[in-house]
Amino acid sequence: MARITLDNLGHAYMPNPVNPADWALQQLDFEFDDGGAYALLGPSGCGKTTLLNIISGLLVPSRGRVLFDGEDMTTRDPTARNIAQVFQFPVIYDTMTVRQNLAFPLRNRGVPAAEIEARVSEIAEMTDLTEMLDRRASGLTADGKQKISLGRGLVRDDVNVIMFDEPLTVIDPHLKWQLRSKLKELHRRIDRTMIYVTHDQIEALTFADRVVLMKDGGVVQIGTPVELFERPAHTFVGHFIGSPGMNLLPCIMAGDTAMIGDTPIAVANAASVKPGGALEIGIRPEFVRFADSGLPVQVTRVMNAGRYRIVETVTQTGETVKLLASNEDEVPSEATRLSFDPAFTRVYRDGWLAGEGRGA
Amino acid sequence: MRKTVNQRAWLFILPVLVLVAFNAILPLMTVVNYSVQETFGNNEFFWAGLIWFEQVIGSPRFHDSLIRQLIFTFSILAIEIPLGVIIALAMPRKGVWVSVCLVLMALPLLIPWNVVGAMWNIFALPDIGLMGYTLNAIGFDFNFTRQIGDAWFTLLLMDVWHWTSLVVLLAYAGLVSIPDAYYQAARIDGASSWAIFRYIQLPKMKRVLTIAVLLRFMDSFNIYTEPFVLTGGGPGNSTTLLSIDLVKIALGQFDLGPAAAMSLIYFLIILLLSWVFYTLMMRNEE
Repeated sequence: MARITLDNLGHAYMPNPVNPADWALQQLDFEFDDGGAYALLGPSGCGKTTLLNIISGLLVPSRGRVLFDGEDMTTRDPTARNIAQVFQFPVIYDTMTVRQNLAFPLRNRGVPAAEIEARVSEIAEMTDLTEMLDRRASGLTADGKQKISLGRGLVRDDVNVIMFDEPLTVIDPHLKWQLRSKLKELHRRIDRTMIYVTHDQIEALTFADRVVLMKDGGVVQIGTPVELFERPAHTFVGHFIGSPGMNLLPCIMAGDTAMIGDTPIAVANAASVKPGGALEIGIRPEFVRFADSGLPVQVTRVMNAGRYRIVETVTQTGETVKLLASNEDEVPSEATRLSFDPAFTRVYRDGWLAGEGRGA
Repeated sequence: MRKTVNQRAWLFILPVLVLVAFNAILPLMTVVNYSVQETFGNNEFFWAGLIWFEQVIGSPRFHDSLIRQLIFTFSILAIEIPLGVIIALAMPRKGVWVSVCLVLMALPLLIPWNVVGAMWNIFALPDIGLMGYTLNAIGFDFNFTRQIGDAWFTLLLMDVWHWTSLVVLLAYAGLVSIPDAYYQAARIDGASSWAIFRYIQLPKMKRVLTIAVLLRFMDSFNIYTEPFVLTGGGPGNSTTLLSIDLVKIALGQFDLGPAAAMSLIYFLIILLLSWVFYTLMMRNEE
């Protein structure tokens, strides 16, 4: 159990990094609270696995420190850090039974046999492996094997943090959901810090209390799933999270009013937009409605997504705006107008939310 | 689940079957033919039944050769397999040294077998050979052409030198195919180096090691050229392995019947032992 602090962390896989692109992980300061559920989310190659390996001690960062409860762990090995990690592909010890697999981390640390036995039964029950305890681990299905990996991570009751490196990659879709809710349930039950690395927004948003969204080795936004959805700090967040992603429309500021072409648009952060830079209005499809007044568009396409429809429209300047319509809504067949919910309409300057952080 | 039966596959393996028939099955059948007949030359053959088989199985000479063969084969397996694994574990996994090591390892395998025998013959000669001369110079009474122990020592050393590389290369291939995640997980689980070897490396090498054991078993059980060139089966009969004995009977004495019967028994022993090895090593596979 520990609070994990990342202090001025950075990592480059090459010996002499010169330009920012050489860094696999840019400057990063962050604190993982004890017992929290975190997700590191981002596209492939964004540095999330690098960050995970630095926390677990498989990788020594080129710069900065990793602290566990204030103690410098930067160069200590994974054993000393007392952490657990579940990998992308299930790692099991083929020749052992499920029981021996679960007991392995305890046996290596010289825990008494009676205690091992009790602990293994408890973990097997949590991970639904009780009935398979005496089977050879290599005979299990992919999700069974991943449960063993997970069980080995949970079996020590003193681990500081449990890390997951895209653990559901090889799991069948219908079992993914099941394992995901299992993870969430286990987190509530054992109350241990968990860090979950994924490129799947649904996995991240359903699992984590706080999501760290990364891109090109840097952190773009850290926040609760709701914050990421309702208040993206960068157009990348708006685009990466949500399906379909946030609409982005180039705009200009006329005094305190944002304008798309000749149409004034009410935005939440108009007052804090400073001059200069490329300005865009960001609005999620969920907050766009058909209206009698507002932005004139042509409806170009309607896609059925089951419980709702995704309507694609195009503005007079050729920008695409998507919106969601329920199955009961009447979708106008051609020219119409759109209104944006002002509370969720924001101006972004050079990609960043205007008036905040790097967009200030 | 029903499997689709595709008879067309036979067409594709037909050329191989024909080849195997001509270079293996047909010669083998002539051997079977010889093994049940008696000949006094002139291409005249008489039915002899199983008499040659009974003779070979009951012959002390065959027993001695077989025992020598088994001692030889199990000795080199006991040395080459562990040694090969140890060397493979010690080899670098990354960097320029990988290719250097691999080339060095492959070198003995590239040398023709009779050359290996000739090399070691000269190398071990007590008067002019580097090894033989050195051993004598530092006080050992070493003479592989006269002393049985020295002959066996040289023979085993030669085989270990020639063939351990094969085990190394196979074991190395098995080792490098283990994903990094296994080592990372083991470090996180607090496993010792021994535990990593016992529970990760060894199980992952099992398949290649099975192949290594089978190949080394069959090759060493068939070995002819190297000991023939090195010791010629001597001193006395002390290094006369099965194949050397067989050639003596077939081509030295021209006893075609007993030689044919011995060939078949020899063949069956290899087949049987290979099956035993395979079954033992694969018994836990799902």
